[in-house]
Parts: sequence; structure tokens; C-alpha cells
Amino acid sequence: MKQESQNIQGWLLLAPAAILLVAFTHYPTIATFFDSLFTNSSIIRPSRFSGFESYRDLADDPVFWKALINNLWLALGTIPTSIGLAILMALIVNKAIPGRGLLRMAYFTPTMLPMIAVANIWLFFYAPEIGLLDKALAVFGIGSTNWLGDPDTVLPAIIVMTIWKEAGFFMIFYLAGLQTISPELEEAAKLEGSSRWNYFWRIQFPLLLPTTLFVLINAFLNSFKLVDHLFVLTKGGPDNASNLLLYYIYETAFSFLDTSYASALTMVLLILLAVTALAQFYFVDKRAHYR
Amino acid sequence: MMATTNYKSRVLPSLELIGAYLLAIFWILPLLYAFWAAFHPSEYAIHFDLFAPLTLDNFREVLSQAPFVRYGLNTFLVVTFLLPLQLVVSTLAAYAFARYNFVGSNIAFVLVLVQLMITPEILIVQNYSTLSDLGMVDTIAGIGLPYIASAFCIFLLRQTFKSIPKELEDAAQLEGCGTLGMLWRVYVPLAVPTYLAFALVSLSHHWNNFLWPLIITNSVETRPLTVGLGIFGAPESGVDWSLISAATLLSVAPLLIAFLLFQKQFVQSFMQAGIK
Repeated sequence: MKQESQNIQGWLLLAPAAILLVAFTHYPTIATFFDSLFTNSSIIRPSRFSGFESYRDLADDPVFWKALINNLWLALGTIPTSIGLAILMALIVNKAIPGRGLLRMAYFTPTMLPMIAVANIWLFFYAPEIGLLDKALAVFGIGSTNWLGDPDTVLPAIIVMTIWKEAGFFMIFYLAGLQTISPELEEAAKLEGSSRWNYFWRIQFPLLLPTTLFVLINAFLNSFKLVDHLFVLTKGGPDNASNLLLYYIYETAFSFLDTSYASALTMVLLILLAVTALAQFYFVDKRAHYR
Repeated sequence: MMATTNYKSRVLPSLELIGAYLLAIFWILPLLYAFWAAFHPSEYAIHFDLFAPLTLDNFREVLSQAPFVRYGLNTFLVVTFLLPLQLVVSTLAAYAFARYNFVGSNIAFVLVLVQLMITPEILIVQNYSTLSDLGMVDTIAGIGLPYIASAFCIFLLRQTFKSIPKELEDAAQLEGCGTLGMLWRVYVPLAVPTYLAFALVSLSHHWNNFLWPLIITNSVETRPLTVGLGIFGAPESGVDWSLISAATLLSVAPLLIAFLLFQKQFVQSFMQAGIK
């Protein structure tokens, strides 16, 4: 085919996707930046250029910092534990044990449920006094706690729920990773008299490192994108103790109707995601060494 | 030495097995509880009595309080119009990336991949104003529109198309196949497993999607299940665990049943989509 018709046909094929992507990803990204530089327009006062004023407000906004720090605690609290559990689950399900299909299904089920439904059920678990958690603790003589109403316990409560929701999803990637490891390695390790613990740390875990990096980065991105449960569980409260960046963006734009400030907040989120993606590019590209 | 290995192989695996099952029970406990509360009268929602009477009243009550059937129809409409469009748009784009050497293809591919990171829910503020300019706020089409072009689908299909030997295309060309004929007769049939994998991932993602539909819908005629459930669970409707559990089960039932029936396909699809 001639180069000219390659160009024309290629772009024609790409056109529908390109138009939609520009309209709903690239244009809004750029427009977000410009909106953050202007004040909100109203009937009395048109929008005017305000430079980085929104960003200065942001630096002085305790709710923004609270949400950002909550996001980081959430990531720190959920990711290592859910990755550990995911590896454990994958190791269990990868073995020929009785009821393997059932176990795999049980671990994976939370992934299939919408976060909003999950939150409804967990809301009851965490309910003070009548909730399942308080009832279980009462057996040990521990009094009632308002898990979601207390600023000290609300974030840990959400972390536990998120771990439960995500571990089974990450398990899938480890399961896929484990299946690429040659069974001869295990045979050899057995012949050498290596313990299973040793086999895991010396062979399996290093070979799963690319999977771990992939999961790590996706889990980090997810921790910023997943806010559905807040609508049911806490609405970001009490006193913003469980507020997250994306939820704060939603509140700012759709409850407080402050588009300009919501745009500045969105820019922060976009920058965080971009930095993470660059890290992925840099680190995950190195997985070629393991292949 | 001999004795220890024997001990190990007999006792440890069974302990591990118990641990594995305990973990599994803990993992489905929330769902089991939802079943318990939904199928029993509300006075048993917090009392566990094996002989408690079973009832469907909670489901009847939920359906009389909120139009969950309509919500379900809306969700069904969203996923069934969205998926075919995603597949068509992505197939064309993936084919261009896999087989055409056009000007700007590399930079275009990087720009496509940007959407893997910046998903439409991050840009809710701008996308809402775009849709309101288009007059598509509170429409079923508006729920799906920002998701039609999927970087994930384009990426998966491009990888698959690239692995198809070019000789097949040359042969088809000799037979007189045009560009689209070739795509339809050679590439699409060979990529069926990829289509299936993406279809299941997309289906479960959009069945469960909440934030964007919440923003873009504001009437019963467009609201999907997740948003209906979110409103239903709002504190002002009073907290009746049995009703909330029944509503929750109603919302997840179709997808959950599909998952239980085709468990293997679902898990394999997620796996295949994950490895890339």
C-alpha cells in the first residue's frame, strides 16, 4: 500500500475513537487547567482571569489537605495488606485442593459487587451496638463503638472494607503470574530439599515481582478513583475524617457549585495520576529483564 | 527427619485448608448476611435464629417503595448499547494501530493510552458541562457516551491483532478482500477470546459504575441500579436493614447470577485482560 493511502485509511479507522477520546479525555483535561485560572461566572459578574489564586486558596484549605492525607493513608493502609492477601489467596487457589473452585469464587465475589452495594452491607456491620462487629466484640466484653461516627476509627473502618473488596481482584493477577512459573522449578526445589517458605521467597516472589509492580501501581491509582462507598457510609465525615480528594471534587463542583475551585482540585488529582503513570512507565518497563 | 516430613505433610496442609476456608467464609460473610436479612422479617435482621420464618415481603416492600425494575431496565439499556459501540470503535482503532503505518501513529497511540490513567470519572466537572452543552444530561446515552472510546479495549485488541500472522491478510487480499472485509473476515474471528474477555470486564464495570451516572442522571427514567440503590440507602428513608439488604440483592442479582453461572469465564477474562 502506498504511504499516502496508509495515512488516509489509518486516520479514517482511528477517527471515531480519536474524536471521542479528545472530547472526553484530552479536551476536558486542558479545559480543567484553564477553568482553574478563572473565577466562576455568575449572572452579576462574568468570569475573570485570576491566575493561580485558586491554587493559593487550595494551599490554605485544611479540607483539601485533610482529603489528600486521607488518600495517602488509605493507600498505605490498603495496598500492602491487600497485596499480601492476594498472594496468599493465589497460592491457595493455585494448588489442587478440595473445593478449589468454591474458594476461588468466594475470594473473587467482592470484585463483582458494586461498591455502593458493598457499602450498604458494611454499613450494618459497623452500626453501633446492633452491628455485627459490635455484637462480636461484645462477646469479649468490649463496649460499643461508633465505628463510622468517630474520626479516629472511620478511616481504618473504610480501609478494612477496601481490603476486602480489592484483595480478590488482585488475586487474579497473581494467579495469572503463578501459572507462568514453570513447574520444573518446584520439582527442582523439592529435590534440593528446599522448604516451601524458602521456595516462595527465593523463587516465586522474585518471579512475581513484575506482577507486584503492576498491581501496586494500579492499586495506587484505584485508591484515588474509588469513592462510591463514601456516599453511603460517611459522606466524607465526621468532620472530613474520611473525605477523599475525588469526593471533595464532587462536593465542590456539585454541592457548592464552585467550578473554578473544583478545577484546581482536579488538577492536583491529575498531576498525582500523571506522576504515578510515569513511575509505571519507568519501573514496569524494566520487567523485560525478568522475561 | 523422616518423622518430621510425615508430620508436616499430614498436619500442616489440613491446618492450611482450614485457614483457606475460614478466609473464604469471611470473604462471603457480607453477602451471606445480606441474604439472611433480605429473606427474613426485619425483627430477625439482628437476631440469628435458624428457625426464623422465610419471607419475600422485603422484596415486595422495596419494589413498592422504589422503581427498581425500571432502574434495572436502565442499567440493562446502558450496558447493551455501550458494549457494541465500544467494540466497533475500538476494533477500527486497534486495526489502524496494528496494521497501518500512518503519520503520527506513535504519538496517537500514546494519547490513547492517556485514558488508561485519566478515566472519565476523574473529569466529572468538565464532562458534565460538555454533556449539558450537548443537551444530553439525564439521558441513557449520556451515561455511556464518555466511555464509548475505551483505551483499554483498543490496547487489548491491538495486541491481539498484532499477534495474527500477516500472511493471513496477504492471502485474503489475493482473494479480493477490501480493508473492512479483511478486518471482518480475518481479524475479528481470530480475536473472539479477546472480545469475550473485554465484554465481561466492561459489563461488570458498567453494571457497577456509580459516580458518573449519579451526576448525569436525575430522574427515574434514566437512573441505573447503582444510583437507585444509593438513593434508597439514604438515611432519610430510615434504616431498615432488611429492606436495604433486599434492595442490594435486587441490584446485584443479575450480575451475580451471571457470575455464578459463568464463573470460570469471568475469572479467565479478568485474568486475560490483566496480563495483556
